[in-house]
This record gives sequence, structure tokens and C-alpha cells, in this order.
Amino acid sequence: MTLEMLVASAIGLLTAAGIYLCLRGRTFPVVLGLAMLSYAINVFLFSMGRLIVDRPPIYQKGVDAYTDPLPQALVLTAIVISFGMTALVVVLALRTYLETGTDHVDGTPDERDGPA
Amino acid sequence: MTLAILAAIPFLGALLVAATARLGRHANMIAAAGSTSAALALLLSMAPRVLAGEVITTRIAWIPTLGLDVNFFLDPLGLMFAGLILGIGLLIIIYARFYLAAADPMGRFLAFLLLFQGAMLGIVISDNVLLLLVFWELTSLSSFLLIGFWRALPEGRQGARMALAVTGGGGLALIAGLLMLGSIAGSYDLSDILRASAEIKASPLYLPALVLILVGCFTKSAQFPFHFWLPHAMAAPTPVSAYLHSATMVKAGVFLLARLWPALAGTDAWFYLVATTGLVTMLLGAAFALFKNDLKALLAYSTVSHLGLLTMLFGFGTPMAAVVGVFHIINHATFKAALFMNAGIVDHEVGSRDIRRLGGLLTFMPIAGTLAIVAGASMAGLPPLNGFLSKEMMLEEAAHTVWGGLSWLVPVVATIAATLSVAYSLRYIAHVYFGPRRDDYPRRPHDAPVGLWGPSAVLVMLVVAIGLFPAAIAGPLVQSVSGAVIGDEPPRFALKMWHGFTPALVMSIVAVAAGALILWRHAAAERLWARLPVPEAKRLFESGIETLGQAANQVTRRIHNGSLQRSLAVLFTAAVLLGIEGAATGGFSFGARPGIPASPVAIVAWLALLGAILAVISAQRHRYLALIFISVIGLIVSLGFVYLSAPDLALTQISVEVVTILLLLLALNLLPKEPPRISSTPHRVRDGVIGALGGTAAAFAAWAVMTRDPNDPISRYHWENSYEGGGGTNVVNVILVDFRGFDTFGEIIVLGIAALGIFALLETATKGVSGRRLANWTPDLIRSPERHPMMLVVATRLLLPLAIVAGVYIFLRGHNMPGGGFIAGLIFSVAFLMQYMASGFEWADRRRRFDHHALIGWGVIAAATTGTAAIFFGAPFLTSTFDYFHLPVIGEFELASAIAFDVGVALTVVGAVMLALAQLSNVAQRAEKLERTKYPMDVDPSRHPETAA
Repeated sequence: MTLEMLVASAIGLLTAAGIYLCLRGRTFPVVLGLAMLSYAINVFLFSMGRLIVDRPPIYQKGVDAYTDPLPQALVLTAIVISFGMTALVVVLALRTYLETGTDHVDGTPDERDGPA
Repeated sequence: MTLAILAAIPFLGALLVAATARLGRHANMIAAAGSTSAALALLLSMAPRVLAGEVITTRIAWIPTLGLDVNFFLDPLGLMFAGLILGIGLLIIIYARFYLAAADPMGRFLAFLLLFQGAMLGIVISDNVLLLLVFWELTSLSSFLLIGFWRALPEGRQGARMALAVTGGGGLALIAGLLMLGSIAGSYDLSDILRASAEIKASPLYLPALVLILVGCFTKSAQFPFHFWLPHAMAAPTPVSAYLHSATMVKAGVFLLARLWPALAGTDAWFYLVATTGLVTMLLGAAFALFKNDLKALLAYSTVSHLGLLTMLFGFGTPMAAVVGVFHIINHATFKAALFMNAGIVDHEVGSRDIRRLGGLLTFMPIAGTLAIVAGASMAGLPPLNGFLSKEMMLEEAAHTVWGGLSWLVPVVATIAATLSVAYSLRYIAHVYFGPRRDDYPRRPHDAPVGLWGPSAVLVMLVVAIGLFPAAIAGPLVQSVSGAVIGDEPPRFALKMWHGFTPALVMSIVAVAAGALILWRHAAAERLWARLPVPEAKRLFESGIETLGQAANQVTRRIHNGSLQRSLAVLFTAAVLLGIEGAATGGFSFGARPGIPASPVAIVAWLALLGAILAVISAQRHRYLALIFISVIGLIVSLGFVYLSAPDLALTQISVEVVTILLLLLALNLLPKEPPRISSTPHRVRDGVIGALGGTAAAFAAWAVMTRDPNDPISRYHWENSYEGGGGTNVVNVILVDFRGFDTFGEIIVLGIAALGIFALLETATKGVSGRRLANWTPDLIRSPERHPMMLVVATRLLLPLAIVAGVYIFLRGHNMPGGGFIAGLIFSVAFLMQYMASGFEWADRRRRFDHHALIGWGVIAAATTGTAAIFFGAPFLTSTFDYFHLPVIGEFELASAIAFDVGVALTVVGAVMLALAQLSNVAQRAEKLERTKYPMDVDPSRHPETAA
């Protein structure tokens, strides 16, 4: 059992769950799914720099074994941006709900209790 | 450089005219005529060198890797067309000044006209075919603006749309054709393409390229079956018709036929496609022209016919026919532009262009009448005018052209077309200017001011002069232009009136006699014509467009029915299938890089992650639970970052996690908590399968990369230059604020925009339907009796300064140790949000000293200013600098300019996060409808008993 195996399978699990949730019919699970996909993608991007334990990308003269700082920089902004995206989507979902009275992604009213 | 200046002058002139638009018609006219004269003078200064055989070139590299360069060249062919464009352009500008009504916006009109002039000039002097295409499309666009100039007229709008659809569509075909041609020749430079003639004709792509290019030329030059747009374009003001639709734009197709003649002509395919199209167009155009009652429609169809004649001549593919074609281009431009202007004069002075309401005008308008008679006679091909000379030569060429083994076909059809041409030309003269004077003209006719007839008089003088002294006036030009078209020494030819008793003379005499006969019996011919089933092009076009639109709509509706679930399912499935296809065709194997053994802690964390994921999915309908579980995932991801040497990421992730969960909690408060299930079981199984496939693919890809050694990572450069060049040891932060500062700059802008979008969505949520729903909303969860517990309030207040200090510390050390603007910004936000949570929105918001919008703005400005400051020191945008300073007590420390950039990042992050959350809690607060309290705590020991209420 290696760390790579754990990370790769974690990416797979997060992606699978993210896709499944994104395909739900209500807005809230879709938001959760997007958050989940963001985790998966961020970890995936991060893992492109390979996994290294205990070698943070802090420069020291003479040190040559270091973790790849570039994917980290990319992922750092990606985390902040995915917050912006999640926030926008959740507010969009809320506004849609307030506007239409249903939290169905396509705005289809619930059949059981009719339009609110 | 000269040619680039020449090409730029009309565009600069257009700007000048637009700038002087308010100064009045006269100023506009002077600006437009001035720029055109300047361009014409520049052109004429180059003319002697060009006619002496020199080819003037200007080459400016633009995107050399795409083969797209600003290359111009001026050879005799380009010179002749440029001369026509600028010379006739100048006359038209003067004419337009007097033609347009005072109410028409002259500045706009002339600016459009110069825009068109520049585009047209660009076509004829481009050496690069891609550049030529740019100008080609520009002529379609500018002619759209000009045809639809009178926006209030529905015919104008319809005509403009039709012209744009037909010529623009042809332009697309032309793009494809010229790209093929360029790829055969291995260069997009016309001069290279013309030299690769043999390769082009031998290539299997020759025929498709030829057909596509011809579609482009035929649509532009209104050849059958694309001719129908030209008569409808006559809804344009007459100066436009005279300029675009007789002398210049419609000649662009013919120009390109001439330009590419050496590369494409001479094959059977060329002969049958081009010559046949030309022949048919010449005949049909002439026939239509004879039975049109609108003067401009008559002239439009006559133009179609003459363009057909030119196309046919270049289609013959013989050098002599090309010579005749060149000569007729000049002649047609002179007499046809003059006639269009004449039709405009009649319309302007009499108030009608309907030939049935005119007649007997010669005595009212002797000057216009004389000019029309001369130009019309030239169009009819009567001696001693220039139209006669080129028509004779055309008939001579037609006389010995064999079509598909039939030696009589081309001469007979050409004679019939010439006959019809004589008939409609004479009809223009006879039915407008001769005959009895009438007393029911819409306006009292009188001769036009010199500004209107002057320009056409200049052209008519040319008509006569070329007719009388062809060899002296037009000879040298025709000689060198034909040489440029053929790409070789032109055959010996003589431009003269009398060639002896040739077949052409006989055909010409037959044509004049028969034409006169038809005119004499015009009424009978008209009745015959009315009985012919002629399809109406406009109706066919409109219904065709409509059918196309409906079909497109249907396809769109079927593919994109508005269901997010369906679109996403298709998207994910397609992504997975593409991945499988790639792995199947590209080969797939794992690498052999040794892994890091997993510690028991890591395995436990992984198990916790698995549990959390499963819990989120199964707790989908219990949304608060799902929220708690998803925060577990975020926590594990943060811990993972800590373990895997990414402290910056861990800090960012954990603080983002806090604000995200807060945000989701706030939103969920208003959303349904436990909605009924809507997906059916098969649906869920399908989604599960898609998810499983996608997850497996992602895991495979990650695994495949991680089991291989990195090959020469670009980050080595960042690592090595971070300290020396960027002045920081935290490489991640140096990358963010320095190496890839532009990325970060873009990203904070995106974040700011997202926050503004959220603000906009929520600001309006209290109005309309959504506002009513909010007003009727009742809390659907049990509320805590304590709204603002004293302990929490006191604790958060004590924590605020501490959290701010921690944020500042994290910010300052960011350049060298984990931290930086993003993380500090998030920590500040959390510190402020705590106050909102503990003490309530009202209380906290009243104590807010800064506007969130302004924070976002100042953040972006700070980052941009730091970036631009570098420019003033001669360094590229966002270059950072640093130095070491010494202060007593504190000791030596470093200051990098990047820190100012990071301040901008932090400000934007705080502004964006706070704006989003504060606005959301504001809406939640309104929905809650609790009685307002000015106190932050439910129980406040410092509050006086009498004020408590």
C-alpha cells in the first residue's frame, strides 16, 4: 500500500461522488457535487507534482530535493476560485428557489405538492 | 512602407470624417475628398514606376508562424483597380454631397463609404491571401452598412441582409478555397501562389479549391445563380449603387479571377465553370434588364450582364480574352458609374425612377440628357465610344470559342446578349429622355446643379476620349495590366475602331439592328415576357432562409432541451468515452516509479475520507448532515496537504473550508431541508455508472502520472530563481506574486466579479416574486432561545485583535514562509465573520468602517498599480523588485515590491468573501423577521435595567 495508491483512489472516489451528485435533480446536491469535484481536481492537479513528504517548497541554499512548487501555486489560486464559484452557484440556486418556488435544477415544480 | 500608408489612408479618413461629423456636410465632404485625394496622389506618384514594370512591395511581419503577414504589392493590375477605386471614389464623394438630403447623416455616410474604400483598396493591393480575405469580409460588412443606410426603409434592411448573407456566405467558401490554394503552394503569399501554377493544377485539391474560390468570386460579382442580391441592393442611396454596385465591389470577384488567372486558368474545369457561368449570366442579366421599369433595377441587371461578360472573357482562358477583359473593366466602370449617377439625378430632380412615368426629359434637362445619351450609347456598344471597342473585341473572342464541340453556341448566345444589351441601353435613352413631354411628373424637372452632373461628366469625357483615341489613352495601361494578369508578355493587340470586315462586325450590326427592332416592339415583347414563368428570387431566398432557421431551431431544441441533468450526463459520458478512446488508441501503461509506503495514519485518514464520501451521498436528503460530512472531507484534504509538503495549500484549504461551510449554512437556512426524492432508481443507477466510470478514469490518470518520474519540470527554473530573482524563499508565494503574477491578477479580478455577481443576485432578491416568497417564509427549524450568547460574543471580541495580528503575521511572512495575501485575506474575513455570527448582522454591520465593494476595487487597483509601476522603470508589467533595509531595534529586513501586490490580493479576498457572506446573511436576516434589537448580546450585564426591553 503506497501513498500514491491512496491519493489516486481518493481522487477517483471524490470524482465519482462528485459526478453522481452533479447529476441529481435538486440544486443543493449539485452544489455539493461541484465542491466534491473541486476537491478532486485540486488534489489531481497537486499530485501532478508527485508526492513528497516533509520537503515543503521553502528555498534553502544547497537543498535540491524539494516538492514541485508550481502545481501548488496553481492549486492555491484554484482553491480560492472554487470558493468563488461555489458561492456564486449556491446563491444562484437560492435565488432560483426564491424565484420559482422549487429547488429542481430545471425549475420543474414538484408534482406532489404543486408549485409553491 | 508606402503601400501600408496607402492602405491606411481611407481608414484614417473614415475616422477623420466621423470626428468631423458635427461640423456639417461641407466639412465632411472636404475631409472625405481630402483623404481620397491624398491616397490618389500617393498612388499616382507610384504609377510611373509600376507601369515601367517595377512591382512595389511592403512587407510587415504580423503572425509569421500562421503565414499571416501584412504584405502588400502594387503591380499594374492592382494599380488599375486602385485607380478606379480612388478616382471614382472621389467623384462619388462629391456627388453624394449634393445627392443626400440635408436630413441624412452625411458624416456617417461618408465614414462608411471610406471604410468600404479602404477595404476595397486592401483587396487589390494585398500580397497575402489571408490578409486579402480580411479585407474581402470587410467589404461585405461595409457594404451591408451602406445598403442599409436608410434604416427606416424595409427594402434597405432586407437588401442589406440579403447582400450580406450571399456575399458573406461566398466569403466563407472563398476562405476555404484560398486556404487550400495556400497549402498546395506552401505559402499564403500571392506572388508565391502565382509562381506555383503547375503544382496547383496538378494537385488533387485543384478542383475543390477552384470550385470554392469561384463560389466566392461569383457571389461577390453577382453571377448566376447568385445574381439576385444585386438588384435588391439597389435600395441603397444611389451614390452607393454607383460606387459599390457598378464600379468597385462587384468587380472584386472579377478582380480575383484576374488575379488568380495565372494560377488557375487554362484548364477544362476553369473554362466550363467560369466561361459558362459568365455566358449564362450575361444572357439572363440582359434579358431581365430589358423588362425592368425601375431605372436602377435596369442598370443593376445590366451590371449583372456585364459582369457575366467579364467573367466569360476571363473564363475563356486565352491571353487575348484576358486583354479584352481588362479593357472592358475600364470601359464598364466609366459608362456604368456615369449612368447610375444619371439615374440618381433623374430620381432627384423628377422624383421618380419608374421608366413608365418618365419620358421627354431631354428638353427639361439637356445636360443630364446629353450625358445619358453618350454613356447609354457606349453601354449599347455604339461607335465611336469605348463600349463599342471592347464589345467588338469580346464578340471577336466569342466568335472563335468552341464550347463542348459546338462552334456556334458561344457566338450565337453572345450576339443575343448583345442584342438585348442594345435594346435596354436604347430604352434607357429613349423612354427617359425622348418621347412626348408629359405634364404629370412628380416634380417639375429641371437640370441638376453642377455638383450632381459634374462627376458623371468627367466619366463621360473619358468614355468619349477612350472611344476616339483608345491606343493613346488606354493602350499602355491595358498593355501592362494584361501582362500582370497573364503573368507573361501579352499577345499583340490593337485598340482601334476599324478592324475590317470581321465576324465581330457582322454580329455587332445584327445586334444593333435587332436591338432597335425589339425596342420598337417593346410593348409586345413585354407581354411575351410576362407570360414566362420567372421565379422570384427574393421570395425563394426569404423562404429558404426561413426554412434553414426553423431547421436550426429544431436541431437546437432537440439537442439542448434546457435540462441541466441531461446536458451534464452527456458531457460526463462524452468525457469518459473520449478518455477511453484515447487510452485504447494511444496505449496505456503504468510507470515503475517507486512509491512512498503509506503510514497507518494515512490509511486511517483515507478510510475516514471514504466514510465521509459515502455519508454525504447517503445523507443527501438530510442536508445539514451532508454539510457536516462534506466539511470532514475538506478537513482531510487539508491534512493531506500538510502531510504532503504543501503548507500553503493546507492553510488556504482550511480557511476556505470555514467560509464555504458558513456560506452553505446560511444558504441552506432558506432552502428546503429535506425535500422528497425525485430520481427514479434506474436513473440513479445510470448516474452511478457514469460516476464510477469517471472516477475510475480520474484515478487511473492520476496513478499513471504518479508512477512515472517527472521529466524536466519547468518548476526547476522557479526553484532556482525564487530567492535570487524574486527575493523570497517561499517559492509558492513568489510564483503567485511574481513569476505568475498576471495569473493571480486575473484571478483576483474573477473573484471580485463573482462576489459582485452574488451581490447583484441577492440585492434584487427582496423584490418581486422572490421578495414575496421571502416575506411569506417562516423558519422551518427549531430556533435556539439564545440568539447571541454572551460567552460567544465576548470570546469573539477578544479573539478579533488576536486573529488580526495572526493574519498580519501570516501576511508579512508570506514571501519567505507559508502564508501570503490569499491566506491572510481569508483569515481576516473569518475574524470579521465571527463578529457577524456572534453579535448579529445589524450590530456588526453598523460598526463596519469599510465598504466591501470599495475593498474589491482598491485591491485590484493596488495590484494593478504595483504591476504598472514596473513599466515606468522600464521593466515588463508586474516585474517585482526587492531590497534589504536596516532599522534600529528591528534589524535588517527585506522589502519586496511584490508585497504591495499581495496587499491587493488580500484586500480583494476580504472584500469578495465579506460581500458575499454579509449580503447573504442580510437576506436571511430579513426573512427571519425577528424583532430588531440594538444590543449585541441577549444578556448583557453592563446594560442598565431600565433600558432593557
